[in-house]
Parts: sequence; C-alpha cells; structure tokens
Amino acid sequence: MTATTTAPAASPELRTPVRRPSARLRAWATRAPLLPALIFMIVVTQLPFVATLVISFFDWNSLYPDARHFTGVDNYQEVLTDPDLRHSVWTTVLLTVAVVLASLVLGLVLALLLDRRFRGRGIVRTLLIAPFLVVPVAAALLWKHVLYNPEYGLFNGLLHYVGGPQPDWISNTPLLAVEASLVWQWTPFMMLILLAGLQSRDHEQIEAARVDGASDWQIFVHLTLPHLRRYLELGALLGSIYIVQNFDAVFTITSGGLGTANLPYTVYQSFYQAHENGLASAAGVLVVIGSIVIATFALRVVSSLFREEVSRA
Amino acid sequence: MSTTALRARRVRGKGAGLGLLAWLLGIAFFLPIAWMALTSLHSETDAATNPPSFAASLTLDGYREFFGAGGGASPWPALINSTVASLASTLLVLLLAFPAAYALSINRVRKWTDVLFFFLSTKMLPAVAGLLPIYLFAKNAGMLDNIWLLVILYTSMNLPIAVWMMQSFLAEIPVAVIEAAKVDGARLPTILGRVVAPISLPGIAATALICFIFSWNELLFARVLTGVVAETAPVFLTGFITSQGLFLAKVCAASLVISLPVLAAGFAAQDKLVQGLSLGAVK
Repeated sequence: MTATTTAPAASPELRTPVRRPSARLRAWATRAPLLPALIFMIVVTQLPFVATLVISFFDWNSLYPDARHFTGVDNYQEVLTDPDLRHSVWTTVLLTVAVVLASLVLGLVLALLLDRRFRGRGIVRTLLIAPFLVVPVAAALLWKHVLYNPEYGLFNGLLHYVGGPQPDWISNTPLLAVEASLVWQWTPFMMLILLAGLQSRDHEQIEAARVDGASDWQIFVHLTLPHLRRYLELGALLGSIYIVQNFDAVFTITSGGLGTANLPYTVYQSFYQAHENGLASAAGVLVVIGSIVIATFALRVVSSLFREEVSRA
Repeated sequence: MSTTALRARRVRGKGAGLGLLAWLLGIAFFLPIAWMALTSLHSETDAATNPPSFAASLTLDGYREFFGAGGGASPWPALINSTVASLASTLLVLLLAFPAAYALSINRVRKWTDVLFFFLSTKMLPAVAGLLPIYLFAKNAGMLDNIWLLVILYTSMNLPIAVWMMQSFLAEIPVAVIEAAKVDGARLPTILGRVVAPISLPGIAATALICFIFSWNELLFARVLTGVVAETAPVFLTGFITSQGLFLAKVCAASLVISLPVLAAGFAAQDKLVQGLSLGAVK
C-alpha cells in the first residue's frame, strides 16, 4: 500500500512509471481469488503425474521393494510389446468410439422427438434422463444380474415368451454387453446437450425455409444439422473424456475378463493386483499421451464454442 | 382451403405418431429401472424365476436384507462415508471455485482463457495417471482408508467443472452491480459474499448438485484407497458383483437405495444439469 501512495509523489511528470507499482499490486489483487484453486489443482493433479512419470522409468515391483532400480525405457518397451496391453489399447478405442457414436445417434433421435410438442413431454423427458442418474456401479449391476443373466434375466425372460433362444449375453458378446450398458447410460446425456442445441435454433429462419417450400428433411440437413454440429462435437468430446476413463462398467460386468479389459482397468490391475509399479506407471503415461491427442482436438472444439460465447457477450 | 386443412390434419397425425414413438422409447429406456424396482420388491425366489413373474406378491424383504437384517454387513457406515465425502468435497469445491470464478469472469485476470483451459485440461488427465503415487503417498503418510483423502481427491476431480460452470454463471452478472458496490467501498470478501453470491445462488446450487453427484458416484479412487473404515456406497455395491441368483432382490434394493440421492438431485436440477455437464458451453 505504501508503494502506491508514495509513487505518484516521486515522479509526478511521468505517467507510466507512476502507474506501474499500483498496477502490479492491482494485478495481484485480481489474481488472489484465483490462486487457492490454481495451487490446489497443481498440487493434487500435476505433482502425482510427475511422480508417475518418474516411477515409469524404474523396475519396481512392490512385493520386492529392494530390487527397485532405474531401467530407462524398458517399461515402455514391455508395455508396447505386451499383447495383453496392446489388446487393451484396442479395446479402449473400440469401446469409446462405439459408445460415443451409438449414444450420439440415439441421443439425436430422442432429442428430435422431444423437441416437438406432444402430450406428456415432460414425463417422457424425465423417464429418459433416469438412466444417466443411476449410480454407475448400480447400473452395471443392473445390466449384469437383472438384464443379462441367462437364467433369470429380463432379456431371456422376454425371449422366453416369444419362444426365442436363451443366449448367455456376457459370455457370448462380452464387449458388446459392456457397450450396451454404457450406451444406455450415456444416451440421455447426449440427448440433453442436443436438446439444448435444438432449442437454441433460429425459428424464424426455419419458418422462412418452410414458406419457401423446403421439406422437413431439407430443413434437417441444411439448417438443423449445421446448427447442431458444435453441439454434436461437444457431446462427443465430453462423452469421450468420460468413456475413455471408464472403469466402473468394465470392473463390474466382466471384471476385465473375456477381452474387455480397457486401459484404465489394465493399469488398475497391474499395480493393484500384480504390484508392478513401474509397468503400471508406464501404461498410465501412455494413457495420458493418448488422452493428450484427443484433448488437443477436443480443446480446439471447445475453444471455438467458447470464442463464439465471448464474442456474443 | 381444403388442401391446407388436409395437410394440417396429416401434420397433426404425424405429430401424434412421433409423440407415441417418443413415449415408447422413453418407456424402453426406463424399463430396466422399473424392472429393478419391481424385482427389489419380490421375494428372492420370485425374483429369480424364468419367465419373470409379474404377479408375484410384494415384500420389503429385499430392503430389510440390504439394511443388514439377515446378518449381512450393514450398509450404514458406507452410506455415511459417502454422505460425508460428497458433502465435504462439494463444500470445499465451492469455497475454492467461487472466488476463482470471480477472478475469471468479473474482475478478470490477464490471460483468463488460458487459465480456464488449464482447469479443463486437468479433466482430461485420466485418473489412473496419478493413482499410484497417490496410493504410495497415502500408504506412507498413514492416510489409506481415510475418508478425508477421498475428500481432497474428489475436490480435485470436481473443481475444474465447478470453475467452468460458475464462471459461465457469474459472467452473466451485470458489471454495474459490482462497480456500484466498489464505489460504496466494499472489499473483495464483501463483494463476493453480499453481492455476487446472492445473485448467483441458483448457479451455485446447480454446481453443488453436480459436484455431489460425481463424488457420490465415484468408484476407482474409493476402491483403491479405502478398505474397511472409509468404504463408500459404490464400493459397498461392488460386494454384489459375484452374487448369484439368491440375492437378486437384495442387489436391486441396494442399487436403488444407493442411487436415490443422485436420482433426486438429478431430477431436481434437470435444466441446470445440461448447462453444468456441458461446462457452461451450452445454454
């Protein structure tokens, strides 16, 4: 405070040096409310990652702590050549792409239906949101025991009525079983975002197009879809962030068996069950590199949305 | 004239058909939950039949079993742990995010967009990437199986979302209101507590609900870092992963009871949920 009050007296003829100390102080006063959150995030998320990076260069099994030693990139080599791990990379990609695409398409259909006025629209909307609001482990248990079970599950129960086959869903199509449960949980999320997008459309423009004789399909392809593009991108981005990291469904439905182990599950398993700290860390770092690739693309999408928001304000 | 009337009727007919389709899809999506609710009210023998029994008599035995009547582990410690962890971390998130959002939306720091993107980027760092060091740290510091460690981690998990959401809510507050308070000589804590907070209360409430939901749902950290004492509700649920047939009603009752806080919070905040989950980018 003293600096700000004495500075003007010291050099009254120059305007810029006069303002500098007080400007600096003001800048810190502006930053102060931000700092607790920023420092907290750096300490709790960035420091552990740096530690993971360091551990990834060590051969370190926690059952044999004395044998710990630096091995350079050996862990990475092992991770990249291990067929199980390579398979889990592929599983992660398949799981994420399939769930995001399927829930986006289904979510779009539902959003288009809910964008129209009909009796009981509020109730239908509430029914549709419900799957997203079931605790993920509970949802996974529901699919595993209540729906998929070959002996008393609802699916085979319904098939029984029509005299259909009685498949063992999880054993026959394990990855598809996990994906279906995730699509069920994530479709409502996509629907909510796309519905918000539909409701922000310019209705005058649509009316004008209709007066000019455009069909529903033409309006959808030439007006609605371009308008929805950014919302579709946002849904895909946010969905990917969460589904790439999915642990609950894989852990609960198949326990990573039958070729459904994705990267998060594999990392969990390699340090929690196999106690291979170095290997697990290297795999973790690789997951991060993969995420950065997605994130670079994703941040660009968000920042384009964001820039529009700023220019509108 | 008659052609327009005919067209209008056809449009109305199509509208009714699409409304019906929406109803059917809504029911299809809700059916698993409804079926879970019905199963939770059946006796274990009625629950595990094929074909399913729609007309079986209803009982609360599944719920009694879940709450430990049959000698199983009581869910109360896990439910209390989840409540404490979720509420405490939500409070901590709000305390950290609210001033930060102020600095990012009203009294803006330089390069505020870069700071916002830093927060978002931490959300893209997979949880598994830092899990091992956190586990080792907790083990050495004697903080394994400690609910407060979860509180800190859940705060870091939700803080980025909260900062984004709140900055989008606060950005809508007219600058003139803040300026007037400053002219009256109000300092930062007064401005935040007496001016900004009351105006943005709905936004703060929505942020709190979403942070609560994510904390309540979290499994990976809780599974790795807690055991007997600090076990949360989702970890308690994992005890049912391998349960076979005999406990189906109990599994359903457990899943529903543990999902209840999230279902209630989510239905209450339906509209704000979208804005929150899309980080304020969609309004």
